[in-house]
Amino acid sequence: MIDIDNINEIWQTIARNKTRSILTAFGVFWGIFILVILLSCGNGFKNGMMRQIEGFATNSAFVFTMPTTEAYKGYQKGRQWEFEMSDIQSIKNNVKGIDIITPVTSIYTYNGDNNVFYSTKGGSFGIKGVSPEYNEVERSKLLYGRFINETDIVEGRKVCVIGKKVYEDIIGLDKNPVGLMIKARGIYYQVVGVVQTYNENVMINGNLNETVLLPLTTMQKAYNLGDKFELLVFTAAKGSNIKDLQESVKDIIKERHDISPTDNEAVMSVDFEQLFKVFEALFTGIAVLIWIVGIGTLMSGVVGVSNIMLVTIKERTREIGIRRALGAKPSLIIKQILEESLLLTVLAGIVGLMIGVAIMAVVANFVNISSEDAVMFVEPNISFVTAISATVIIVLSGLLAGILPAKRATQIKAIDAIREE
Amino acid sequence: MIKLEGINKTYFGAQPLHVLKGIDLNVEEGELVSIMGASGSGKSTLLNILGILDNYDEGNYYLAGKLVKNLTENQAAEFRNRFIGFIFQSFNLIPFKTAVENVALPLFYQGVPRKKRNQMALEYLDRFGLKDWADHYPNELSGGQKQRVSIARALVTSPKIILADEPTGALDSKTSVEVMKILREVNASGITMIIVTHERGIANLTNKIVHLKDGVIENIKENNLGSIDLERDVK
Ligand SMILES: Nc1ncnc2c1ncn2[C@@H]1O[C@H](COP(=O)(O)OP(=O)(O)O)[C@@H](O)[C@H]1O
Ligand SMILES: [Mg+2]
Repeated sequence: MIDIDNINEIWQTIARNKTRSILTAFGVFWGIFILVILLSCGNGFKNGMMRQIEGFATNSAFVFTMPTTEAYKGYQKGRQWEFEMSDIQSIKNNVKGIDIITPVTSIYTYNGDNNVFYSTKGGSFGIKGVSPEYNEVERSKLLYGRFINETDIVEGRKVCVIGKKVYEDIIGLDKNPVGLMIKARGIYYQVVGVVQTYNENVMINGNLNETVLLPLTTMQKAYNLGDKFELLVFTAAKGSNIKDLQESVKDIIKERHDISPTDNEAVMSVDFEQLFKVFEALFTGIAVLIWIVGIGTLMSGVVGVSNIMLVTIKERTREIGIRRALGAKPSLIIKQILEESLLLTVLAGIVGLMIGVAIMAVVANFVNISSEDAVMFVEPNISFVTAISATVIIVLSGLLAGILPAKRATQIKAIDAIREE
Repeated sequence: MIKLEGINKTYFGAQPLHVLKGIDLNVEEGELVSIMGASGSGKSTLLNILGILDNYDEGNYYLAGKLVKNLTENQAAEFRNRFIGFIFQSFNLIPFKTAVENVALPLFYQGVPRKKRNQMALEYLDRFGLKDWADHYPNELSGGQKQRVSIARALVTSPKIILADEPTGALDSKTSVEVMKILREVNASGITMIIVTHERGIANLTNKIVHLKDGVIENIKENNLGSIDLERDVK
């Protein structure tokens, strides 16, 4: 029952005994404050981590070749092998549930020599042959022009899409790069677009910002790679499992390349879902830990409130005794002490919650400003649901903290106040 | 109004202390009675029993015709709140409440709405010349003012009886006289009053003096005051 008069009475007791109230409530304030800070930081790290793998379709996997480890069909073990373009079609035909499948091949600069030039200015960058679908696997922001398209592939055009760093280093940010000719490994390509990666931390064969992307067919022709490529990237369609798909894809590849079905090392694959799950498990663990620590801190706050209230009840013997002498019934004293505890705890908790959220908002702002690609610590805050659960916990704690003091208070008789000395 | 029959009370401390050994007493409505006796003679104990702040071991206590015995805490609270007003030597005001809030507190326990009870409290303060002090805290008031606040608090519920335990015990003689004057006026308005004191001067201002000694009533003396001069007759 909400009784304004009674609440006024309780509020007066709290407000007019400030030091006592603040002392009492501090534990709960601190508990909630710490809980909010910890949860926010946990979320910040989680978001930061998740951002590192953001930009990749989480349902994607890539498959790459390794030397065989078993002799099979007359081939020695230790054979080097490569994907062929026809593998793509074969997989498309035989494996249901694949959304996108795209080949990738790269040329590396092992010694760091300059291999890409615009007029006389050069730099050392990766060169990667891809098809248009690649853009959907390693997502990037298009700064200029367009991505590689189907016509580029079909006609084997000598065009390229360059990473942001490539553009910055050899062309310069003051120039529109589209249409310019750059030289990569001795061959000229026309720049049709500039891309910036969403994410510098997860990459497929090198940082996209430091890569020159060529149409795969152009690259195969230009550098005599035949129709070979080294990496196969695919995503699962909605409803299909990336794990199962990997197995099916591997089986087909093994068959097509005369690799023993039992050779587990010749065809390797990694999927991001796996990575995601690891991260998620990690952060769930951290969150659980934080809640344990936070609730522990809060509980010690509650015990503190209870304790201090118990002590103050002793100090308040006279006050409570006077109230009893003037006609306060025991049930009303219980109600008042419980409500005092509740009000104190809720106030302290809400203040702790708000200050915690406010501080983390400032921190978040600061982190955002200090580095636009702040990768380790992103949006350190708590969700609305978390805040609500925290509030519920605060209310329960308040009631819990008041039980013992309220019981103690009812043991005070009017006579205890009246007795002189 | 009050009828005591063979009241016995023993404190069971480290050593049992038989404080009241059969008290018989009648107090009629509208009387002004004082209880006198040496320190430790059991005056406060008796008054606390009368105020249902404490219980007794043997005998019967009738208050306004009702037997007061083995009451529950709730019944006792109800009785105290409706029938009895208390005045104490050390005032027993709540320090973090203003004068008017202290006076209004018994009404809070009656469920009187805030506006109404503050208004009533203010009227009583006004009656004792404390209107301007209504918003002051007890520690901002003199002893006499504090006692007047507590008298206002005792009266605000319009009780049948006022029980005062050494109401002037903490006051200087001039203030004591003022307070006694007020208490006499209150009694004159028809409220039964019992005052515990060990000062003869104070007792002499009441109409009936009950002498307590060694846990029994030694004698009861009618004290015909006629028209007395308070200023002259006290001390
Ligand atoms: N709660 C108590 N427990 C034990 N002894 C008490 C208690 N209250 C009072 N007494 C003792 O009872 C006797 C009478 O006390 P009291 O009624 O306060 O006397 P008075 O008010 O006449 O001075 C005293 O000896 C006192 O020490
Ligand atoms: Mg006494």
